[in-house]
Amino acid sequence: MKQEILKIQNLHAEIEGKEILKGVNLVIHSGEIHAIMGPNGSGKSTLSNVLMGHPHYKITQGEILFKGENLISLKPEERAKKGLFLAFQYPTSVPGVNMVSYLRTILKNVKGSDIPVREFRKLLEEKMGLLEMDKSFAQRYLNDGFSGGEKKRSEILQMALLNPELAVLDETDSGLDIDALRTVCEGIKKTFQSENSLLIITHYQRMLNYIKPDFVHVLAEGKMVKSGGPELALELEEKGYDLVLTH
Amino acid sequence: MAAPKLDIGTQYADKYGFHDPEKYVFKAKPGLSKEIVEEISWMKAEPEWMREQRLRALEIFYKKPMPLWGNTEILNTIAFNEIYYYLKATDKQENNWNEVPEQIKKTFDRLGIPEAERKFLAGVTAQYESEVVYHSIREDLAKLGVIFTDMDTGLKEHPEIVKEYFGTVIPAADNKFSALNSAVWSGGSFIWVPPGVKVEIPLQAYFRINAEKMGQFERTLIICEEGASVHYIEGCTAPIYSNNSLHSAVVELIAKKGSKIRYTTIQNWSTNVYNLVTKRALAHEQAVVEWIDGNLGSKLTMKYPSVYMVGPGAHGEVLSVAFAGKGQHQDAGAKMVHLAPHTSSTILSKSISKDGGRTSYRGLVKVAKGAENVKCNVRCDALLLDEESRSDTYPLMQIDEKKVQIGHEATVSKVGDEQLFYLRSRGLTEQEATTLIVKGFFEPFAKVLPMEYAVELNRLIALEMEGSLG
Repeated sequence: MKQEILKIQNLHAEIEGKEILKGVNLVIHSGEIHAIMGPNGSGKSTLSNVLMGHPHYKITQGEILFKGENLISLKPEERAKKGLFLAFQYPTSVPGVNMVSYLRTILKNVKGSDIPVREFRKLLEEKMGLLEMDKSFAQRYLNDGFSGGEKKRSEILQMALLNPELAVLDETDSGLDIDALRTVCEGIKKTFQSENSLLIITHYQRMLNYIKPDFVHVLAEGKMVKSGGPELALELEEKGYDLVLTH
Repeated sequence: MAAPKLDIGTQYADKYGFHDPEKYVFKAKPGLSKEIVEEISWMKAEPEWMREQRLRALEIFYKKPMPLWGNTEILNTIAFNEIYYYLKATDKQENNWNEVPEQIKKTFDRLGIPEAERKFLAGVTAQYESEVVYHSIREDLAKLGVIFTDMDTGLKEHPEIVKEYFGTVIPAADNKFSALNSAVWSGGSFIWVPPGVKVEIPLQAYFRINAEKMGQFERTLIICEEGASVHYIEGCTAPIYSNNSLHSAVVELIAKKGSKIRYTTIQNWSTNVYNLVTKRALAHEQAVVEWIDGNLGSKLTMKYPSVYMVGPGAHGEVLSVAFAGKGQHQDAGAKMVHLAPHTSSTILSKSISKDGGRTSYRGLVKVAKGAENVKCNVRCDALLLDEESRSDTYPLMQIDEKKVQIGHEATVSKVGDEQLFYLRSRGLTEQEATTLIVKGFFEPFAKVLPMEYAVELNRLIALEMEGSLG
């Protein structure tokens, strides 16, 4: 039987007194790929931030169980160590912080132990190769001066190195042109380990052409309003959110 | 989310505040007088002209008013009468490490000096108190004809060079504190590099104050002859005291035609020290002078390394970083004075303030009439770690020539919640995340430092960021 990785129950969350999530439910098992789609302002990004523990959001009701353990009282760094990862829609840059030493630091922090430099280099080169990243990338500063596509690849590289049990991809497709989208999605597919799980949060269906989800959910006004298979994404793309949601 | 609460200064005693019981051969009475100045000169068996120069400087010091700019509130708390103006830790200069007194060695051990010295140094002038106790010059340096010694020995052994240059770049009358230094100076480094000689390894001195209410007034003079080059490094750390200490140095650099001087400083005075330093360089034709200046400690720092470009094609550079914590004010900057055509300069100033600390950038760019085709670029970046901290910029430009290119850019940023959340989502604690951001901010400075200093700087930053995060 598949293990239950994530179980969200009746999740309510607010920011600055305004309720955004109004009772979200979701169950993800190991090895599954889920997609959450929804119109702008439906609470998609709030959900990903709340999962990772963004301190600006307040959870007023409900539970987030990760491998059976309630995450709500855990800090973001503790969630990362448990095997949760969030690929940001807008990754921030940290000037002056070298990519290689940063990547080694986060790997050490998440895994709890240092790996030898040689082994790390090998691992990094392998993952960068899969993502078709230029070697010079490693010598740059963290996301500093990166193009939109480079930032997203940087996120996927970090995901590939940390190998999380559940990765949440928050609108990873946004701001990418067709070629960049293909490279990033191919990269995700190549580095994704089949025993892990993915939660893809997106506005459009296009990313799902590359990474086929097992389940598609529609989030609207802070609630899951519809769930189905991959065909739901196609339907949404074709008819638009309004039409699908009013039926 | 609450802004990260970092506490600087309060744990200073544990981190750096070790100090040896005072044991001195000679300790002058506190306060300043003609007698004290004469006694200093007599103790050092100086030539008559230096004694007279000191006494003239003392008169100037008495006459000059305190500066009316900068942080006058803190400046005016200096109690000149309670300060000791001269101390001598041992009665004899040491040339061999083995002969250095055990107590003093222990202090250096805590500072990591011996290892650094063994591995990297050509010669060490470690200034312990007002006098140099340990001094060594690697043999091949001596063979090249390079003079690297403490200022007192320089005066004894090379009086003709000292007399020719001493006080020519920074006269006693330049400001109140240069007058004070000229009257009571002791120690510091004297370097002379012969024409065409390129000194490959950095020359280093380690400074340390170790007596309550003690003033340290070192005097450094570096002369780089035509086509020569040298890199000098001073680094400072001081133990903590309940009373205020005054550090007022004067550093004069003379870079002759086609020569290059880089002067690197990392100072980490304890947070009760007034650090009021005058640093100025003359850059002749095609000469390059670089000030790499890191200010981490002290209660009040006022320091504006200057380059006077007096020959065509000369280049000046200042890279200045400052870190101000609780109760600290780092008033630092640079002065670039273009007095000849085709001269160029850059100023990069980076400052961090936290726990109500204050940083100021104070800069001057001056282009004299006739100094055509001058290029100058100024950039100031300030990073604030919390709401209570403060940063100000006072850039002054005096441009009397039309054919010039001057650029000025200033940014103020805060460690953002989004930056912290991003790094925390990758497994870093809030403190680790903040430290990483701070290190990144200082990276342009760290990368021009020799390896061991960059490592030390990172260690200092980590120490400063340690502790009371909520």
